[in-house]
Amino acid sequence: MTMYKILVFKRFERLWHWSQMALIFTLLFTGFAVHGVYSLISFGDAVTVHTWAAIVLLVIWAFAIFWLFTTGQWRHYLPTTEHFITVARFYAFGIFKGEHHPYRKTYRRKHNPLQALTYLMVKIVIFPAIWISGIAYLLISFGQGELFDWIGIGPIAFIHTVAAIAILLFIIAHVYLLTTGHSFIDHVKPMITGYDDVELSDEELAYLKADEPGVIKEGD
Amino acid sequence: MINHYPPASRRWVYRFNYLSLSFSILILTLGWVTATLASSDPKIEMGISEYTDTDERHAIIKPKKKSKATTDHAKLKELQGPFFSGPEVTKACLECHNTAGHQFMKNKHWTWDYKHPKTGQHLGKSVLINNFCTNARGNEGMCAQCHAGYNMDSPDFDFTNQDNIDCLVCHESTGTYYKTPTSKGNKACSVMFEGKPAIDWAAVAKSVEMPTRNNCGKCHFYGGGGDNVKHGDLSSVLFDPPKDVDVHMSEAGEGFSCVTCHVGEGHEWAGSRYEMLVNDETGTGKPGMPRDVASCESCHSASPHPITSVQGIKLNSHTQTVACETCHIPAIARGGVATEVDWDWRTMGRLKDGEGFKLKEYTQGDGHHRATYKSIKGTFTYAEDLEPMYAWFDGTMHYTTIATKFDPSKGPIDINSFAGSHDDPSSRIYPFKRMHSTQPYDKGNNTLPYMHLWGNDEDALWGNYDFGKAIEAGMKKNGIPYSGEWGFVETYSYWPINHMVAPKDDALSCSSCHSHDGRLDHLEGFYMPGRGKNEMLDLIGLLAVLGTLGGVLGHGALRMIATRRRKV
Repeated sequence: MTMYKILVFKRFERLWHWSQMALIFTLLFTGFAVHGVYSLISFGDAVTVHTWAAIVLLVIWAFAIFWLFTTGQWRHYLPTTEHFITVARFYAFGIFKGEHHPYRKTYRRKHNPLQALTYLMVKIVIFPAIWISGIAYLLISFGQGELFDWIGIGPIAFIHTVAAIAILLFIIAHVYLLTTGHSFIDHVKPMITGYDDVELSDEELAYLKADEPGVIKEGD
Repeated sequence: MINHYPPASRRWVYRFNYLSLSFSILILTLGWVTATLASSDPKIEMGISEYTDTDERHAIIKPKKKSKATTDHAKLKELQGPFFSGPEVTKACLECHNTAGHQFMKNKHWTWDYKHPKTGQHLGKSVLINNFCTNARGNEGMCAQCHAGYNMDSPDFDFTNQDNIDCLVCHESTGTYYKTPTSKGNKACSVMFEGKPAIDWAAVAKSVEMPTRNNCGKCHFYGGGGDNVKHGDLSSVLFDPPKDVDVHMSEAGEGFSCVTCHVGEGHEWAGSRYEMLVNDETGTGKPGMPRDVASCESCHSASPHPITSVQGIKLNSHTQTVACETCHIPAIARGGVATEVDWDWRTMGRLKDGEGFKLKEYTQGDGHHRATYKSIKGTFTYAEDLEPMYAWFDGTMHYTTIATKFDPSKGPIDINSFAGSHDDPSSRIYPFKRMHSTQPYDKGNNTLPYMHLWGNDEDALWGNYDFGKAIEAGMKKNGIPYSGEWGFVETYSYWPINHMVAPKDDALSCSSCHSHDGRLDHLEGFYMPGRGKNEMLDLIGLLAVLGTLGGVLGHGALRMIATRRRKV
């Protein structure tokens, strides 16, 4: 097993990640303004920006879901017990003792098991909660209120707000964990350039060299 | 109106200066100060005359537009006169308009009587008690100046005689027509109607046309005994409003008259405070299909905002819960004429040298002085550009009538009250003017009484200033039992606001309501974003965010400490 710099985050994935980041920050800022937490932006402008940002994000998500399934990338998010305890133990104890991160990225698993589970939860619980409630809210705003008479806009807004708070908590933890490696920059860089250190088996190396030109960074 | 108050102190100062030239500079300065102070003295006007100021404003005559009617009434031989009374003119009208009388005799302007279709209550001016002058019943001599008939001087008026219909008050267009009390009031009261030029009956008869705002406004702009006293959104400003006061009635806007919106046929037209249409979802109908409703939606539809923006779409969904008036009439009593918000009858009857007087201490936006005290009525509080009161309203008004018993210990009594809630799809959030009064009630029966206000006798309040006598006479006249004991009770009345629609740029902004302490902050029982009402969720959210931040900061701090120790 040898370490190679390989393209773990494809161009679409990076574009998805950063546009999603910008949109989520926009949505959090305008969303909490609509909720009445502060009045740094007028209520009307907040509603307008929030609505458009949400629509753009929904489109990006539609592409992302399509991409995940057609490329097989969804397998990265499958939960696994392998190394789970080791990684959890590292964050609880090892990290204070100066131990190295026990997880090595592989071509088939670019996230550590804790990370993969967190992302999976975000994808199948928090995001659906926010977009189902958000679409319902939008439909009510667009004059389809009777569809949701059985639940009412109050509970829909409640679910939406709870999900938004969960996303904010995720972002806090997500950004903090970027500091746990060698440096903050080291952790952010792969999502910018796409390349990260990955251990490749001989078979993977042979396959990538033969069939996936450009995935292995030349000169390393 | 302009008052020339006797500048007594000023004359004194001048005389003093004349005699003491040597002190000129010092005294001139003192004199100026004194004169300035003196001129801001309470503005007292002796007498109890009521309508002098409003008469001036009635005479707003604008150049007439060329009529496209197929009949020129001025040329009809039936209208050439001579006429010597109103009923003679009416007879002439009804000779040609031979169904108009039967039509009009069903109209509230004639019957002063209304049976509410939902509550079954017997309402109308002939029976109701309000918290302004209280009751028209028994005071027809004065109040029936705004009855569209001739010579109604008591409740026993003959409502079946169509010759007594007053066609002219609604249809004449010269502006010279007027009505006077149908019975004699107290001497002091009657002076206000003296010295008017005689009505040229033929001239007013020949001038008839569709009612203009001058016709409607003569009564409806002066409800409650003065300009804009009662409604708050109906004032003499509407005779010729600037566009920012009323986009519909302004010449610079649509130039509508009252009957442009209050449409109808057969002398029945749309618009009633007793039974309002607050949820007109029918919209505009097809071209050539006039709808007999006076709702905003009947012209603008229930989706009036442009759907080219998120806010426009969002505003269109607001029409399910919020009345158009709520956002588009941002304030009551705009344009310089104030409305009354408080009437305190307790101070009624104070005299100066045995004579009634008025104290005009409120100067409204247009410069006119309004009476803050009248001997015959008590103390008034005014407001202009007033923020409305907002409430869920289903359109149906319930009234405290002469027959309604109440518990005076339970705080202010609602003269009219209404239901409505977020959960009722036919309710809307509606703007109201709330009128507060302190007025007499029958202490033994816990009811509102009829008072005998107007009359040339020893019991009429206006002239004798005695509540006890006025109530006793008012109740006796109408055969209603009176306990003999009276007191004061606080009351509220609620006036739905529909007029004086502002230009769209002056409509409320989203954050007028969607904010902490916004205009709808007091409305409960439903979700509305931006108010910060879900304190539990906000607290849990805040704790979760702080907990997570604390967690990562703690984790980070421990890492730093551990790193430092390893280095040491």
